[in-house]
Amino acid sequence: MTASSAAGTTLGPVEILELLPQQEPFRFVDEILEVDEDHIVATYRYRAEADFYRGHFPGNPVTPGVILLETVAQVGVVALGIYLVALAGGRDEVKRTLALFADAEVEFSGVVRPGDRVTVRATKVFYRRGKIRSEAEMTLDDGTVVCTATISGMGVRT
Amino acid sequence: MDTSEIQAKVVEIIGRYAKNKEAAATATETTNILEDLKVNSARLVDVILDFEDEFDIEVEDDDADAVNTVGDAVALIQSKVA
Repeated sequence: MTASSAAGTTLGPVEILELLPQQEPFRFVDEILEVDEDHIVATYRYRAEADFYRGHFPGNPVTPGVILLETVAQVGVVALGIYLVALAGGRDEVKRTLALFADAEVEFSGVVRPGDRVTVRATKVFYRRGKIRSEAEMTLDDGTVVCTATISGMGVRT
Repeated sequence: MDTSEIQAKVVEIIGRYAKNKEAAATATETTNILEDLKVNSARLVDVILDFEDEFDIEVEDDDADAVNTVGDAVALIQSKVA
């Protein structure tokens, strides 16, 4: 996309995870199963010991919707964004860029309990001028769709 | 398509993302998209993509960067649809 595209690098799942800036206790991606220019598939298992379950809700732990949305964003915007930025400008460009949440339209349709594993499948809608938008679906292992979202992020130079 | 038709569509598209709906309703060619209409800068990509769909044009990144006012957008689109 830019003149620096000659420096482009195709990253694999493990390399993307290494470059993902979010870390414990705010990392919600365990494994990337598939990634290419147009889509990404990744999984995460919610840790039963996560602090937010103490309050959401006492005696009845439910994963907060904002955490599900964050999970979708870390996969569909940040991880896919890292792949796309590297493809155009290489690893150095990834390290200079921070992906920040820009906008989202989201619907929740199921409950995710502590210890549940989810799979996020996200498809790129567009990637232009540093902005990425994806359509994503989160499912439980039994196939139940718990969250669908259209999410966008903006790559900001740091 | 004449200038006033293009301007009406441009204002309608930008209005979708404007936080200042009153200013969007009375926008003129000198209205600044970010400052007067309070459009989030991250939404400019959405605005450009909507222009491309609505007018069936392609906008280069450099051209998009030069758009500050409603009039800039109208002139850009006019040069592409001509």
